[in-house]
Amino acid sequence: MSQPDFSHDGIRTARGTAFRYLFMLCALLSILTTVAIILTLLLDAVDFFAQVSLVDFLTGTRWSPTNEPIAFGVLPLISGTLVITIGSAMVALPIGLLTAIYLSEYASDRQRAYLKPALEVLAGVPTVVYGYFALVYVTPAIDAILPVDLSTFNALSASIMVGIMIIPMVSSISEDAMSAVPDSLRQASYGLGATKFTVSTSVVVPAALSGIFSSFILALSRAIGETMIVAIAAGQTPRMIDLTDPAGMFLDSIQPMTSAMVQIGTGDIVGQGPAYKSLFAVGLTLFVITFVMNLISELVASRYREVYR
Amino acid sequence: MAADTGETPADGFGRVSRTKDVAFRLLALAATLIGIVSLAALLLNVAVDAVGWLDWQFLTNPPHPDPYEAGFLPALVGSIAIMLMIALVTFPLGVGAAVYLEEYADDGYLTRFIQLNIANLAGVPSVVYGLLGLGLFVGLFNIGYGTVLAAAFTIALLILPIVIISAQEAIRAVPDSQRQASYGMGATKWQTIRNVVLPRAMPGIMTGTILALGRAIGETAPLIMIAAPTTVFGLPNSFFSKVSAMPLQIYNWASYPQTEFQYGVVAAGVVTLLVVLLTINSIAIVIRNRYQQRT
Amino acid sequence: MTNEQMTPSETEPTDDQTTPTPGTDGLADTADSGWETTTDRTLLEARDLSVYYGEEQALSDVDIEIPEKQVTAVIGPSGCGKSTFLRCINRMNDLVDSARVEGELRFDGKNVYDDDVDPVALRRKIGMVFQSPNPFPKSIRDNVAYGLKVQGKKDNVDEKVHTALERAALLDEVEDQLDSSGLDLSGGQQQRLCIARAIAPDPDVILMDEPASALDPIATSKIEDLIEDLAEEYTVVIVTHNMQQAARISDKTAVFLTGGELVEFDDTDKIFENPEHDRVEDYITGKFG
Repeated sequence: MSQPDFSHDGIRTARGTAFRYLFMLCALLSILTTVAIILTLLLDAVDFFAQVSLVDFLTGTRWSPTNEPIAFGVLPLISGTLVITIGSAMVALPIGLLTAIYLSEYASDRQRAYLKPALEVLAGVPTVVYGYFALVYVTPAIDAILPVDLSTFNALSASIMVGIMIIPMVSSISEDAMSAVPDSLRQASYGLGATKFTVSTSVVVPAALSGIFSSFILALSRAIGETMIVAIAAGQTPRMIDLTDPAGMFLDSIQPMTSAMVQIGTGDIVGQGPAYKSLFAVGLTLFVITFVMNLISELVASRYREVYR
Repeated sequence: MAADTGETPADGFGRVSRTKDVAFRLLALAATLIGIVSLAALLLNVAVDAVGWLDWQFLTNPPHPDPYEAGFLPALVGSIAIMLMIALVTFPLGVGAAVYLEEYADDGYLTRFIQLNIANLAGVPSVVYGLLGLGLFVGLFNIGYGTVLAAAFTIALLILPIVIISAQEAIRAVPDSQRQASYGMGATKWQTIRNVVLPRAMPGIMTGTILALGRAIGETAPLIMIAAPTTVFGLPNSFFSKVSAMPLQIYNWASYPQTEFQYGVVAAGVVTLLVVLLTINSIAIVIRNRYQQRT
Repeated sequence: MTNEQMTPSETEPTDDQTTPTPGTDGLADTADSGWETTTDRTLLEARDLSVYYGEEQALSDVDIEIPEKQVTAVIGPSGCGKSTFLRCINRMNDLVDSARVEGELRFDGKNVYDDDVDPVALRRKIGMVFQSPNPFPKSIRDNVAYGLKVQGKKDNVDEKVHTALERAALLDEVEDQLDSSGLDLSGGQQQRLCIARAIAPDPDVILMDEPASALDPIATSKIEDLIEDLAEEYTVVIVTHNMQQAARISDKTAVFLTGGELVEFDDTDKIFENPEHDRVEDYITGKFG
């Protein structure tokens, strides 16, 4: 009697291998995308820096790519981005954190079932719509209510809108971190006679701190990269800001990096001139800043995931 | 507060003040609601403003400098054309990548690198993807400024990480016992994936992909970067037609100073965009709910 | 006496290729008829079989000869390696990244861990039934036909589905609803559906990993009846934590104790009435495990 035949079927094996590599190719496409982003930005940015010195770019305090005198200092754009980041952080971080605490510690399951999808809607509204809201509703409303002199284009309403948009990013990641805090810690505190307020603020929040931190960074990174809201509502005035003068920061027109990119992108500038290439230099700056922030957020988040696994 | 003291055990245990507790609870609830309420108020405003402007003529006319003649049709059709192309590109690529990461890849260095990379790509600003599209599809591949293909490919790369991540979650949710049953029957890996894993994960994959398409339809900045025209008067009739899209048209109109545009035509455009978005998301939710009932 | 068959390591490698299978399979007389004749043809044979999960040893130097067309029960306390052993037979352990197998496991004389063995081809000769019923979310018909489909056996599918359902004692209950979902069946019916699915491609061996542990007593007894019937056609290896079940349905019993060690393998009656090892007796009588 012969032994049974369990040998490999050539066609079957070949087909299996083919599918494996096909799927692997799809996964590797994501790495190719990253490489392509870096190369695209870098190659044109190198062209740009052949015409404008890196030092002038990084330290210049004037941005005027098309109007004489031409200047390519990125600092005014970075300070514009900073204003929007600070403004939206002041809206989104406290509100997002309180929302996370409410959802994690106070809300019933039923409330959560309604509140969480409703909050997600905030992140789902197209940003061009938020930009339009900021321009035609929020700015006139603030102008009417507050006794301040608000420009048509201003950092304030843009910041508020960006802030509202990133609330769910703060709240959902923070809430995940708070939900991951073991109940035994809460029980220990309740056992000592603590109220829910004390438990939330002095037990849950500290224990979830790295997750909260991670959500903050991710949300701010999103604010830095946000384009349409600021392009529509914040204006096109690249200027250095004075951190000690909040009114000057928020009530007037500014120009963040993303908005400057849109301005160049919608303009008629083409070809190989530094004005066009500056698009890529600013893009690279933006990419590096957000990439580093996302990476930090990811690393911090993976640490808290390990702690309570 | 009256309930604050009571040190004498004879009166029972006394009471601890809840004032701070209640105040904090209300504060947190207010914070939870403020974003939702603000958005609701803004949506109400825009809906009211759109009344009288959002009509059949608006939906079927091309854009026009006269607000009473202006229409949204080319942008609406352009958005839908771009979205369908995006779906065709991202669905196979996203599912393929997710299948590799969940079913084939080991937990090695390369896999973790790919995973981290995907998470990072999901956080790259959309305007940067626009530059990628400009350099890669318009520049290198010469597909043409602002064409349907260039727009679709650019936004496809943008939402691909989201599609991959949601498809991975759907595949991970397939119980291992199902795979075991299939392997135990002498099925190959591919047979198991095709006959067992993918059918079971499909509703979840569809839901995630459709939600990602909802995000795609609102994207504006990448289209600006690949120099899609903000205003197009005709309908796209090939992959290489110049194409506009709803958000781009809204962006363009929002800069018109006339009140009729600011509080009329744009509002109608915004409501149209939001209705399309709502429809897309509803489809995704219907698929998800139907599937949940089945299991 | 059958002393020399007590511990398999002492058993001479049997002349399994030459001894014809006796007609007296001993199916009907499993329960009471004393010990079996041991001239039955060996179908599965392990030699120094060890399994490691990473650093941890789950099975250590197992030697065993499993006879054809009988029910062999594998019992032991949880974590003793009995499921690991079962999953060695059809190389399901290959699916666990950290698993490493040493030694030999021969199927009809062929070492299934040889390089030229395709585990997929091996599994087509071996059906498997799992601890909890795991039908696919497909129709009853498609569930049973699944193995035929993936194995490319496209002839007479309907007929084979019917036969398999009949052998699994399920046909009467589902004949009118072959197109409804397998998930609509009760737990016991689902498990019989999984058995039908396993036998539809007509394998040589059926492995069962605690197939009744998730079922109620009535469903369990139906499955047990079925297992005894299946041994007329198939070699059945069943892992169970239920000693009464092993005693009721099996011809041979292997007792694994902690550390993945096969302590005793013999006719079921012998194991339960007069085990050789004190540790086995302690386990059988409930003093341990």
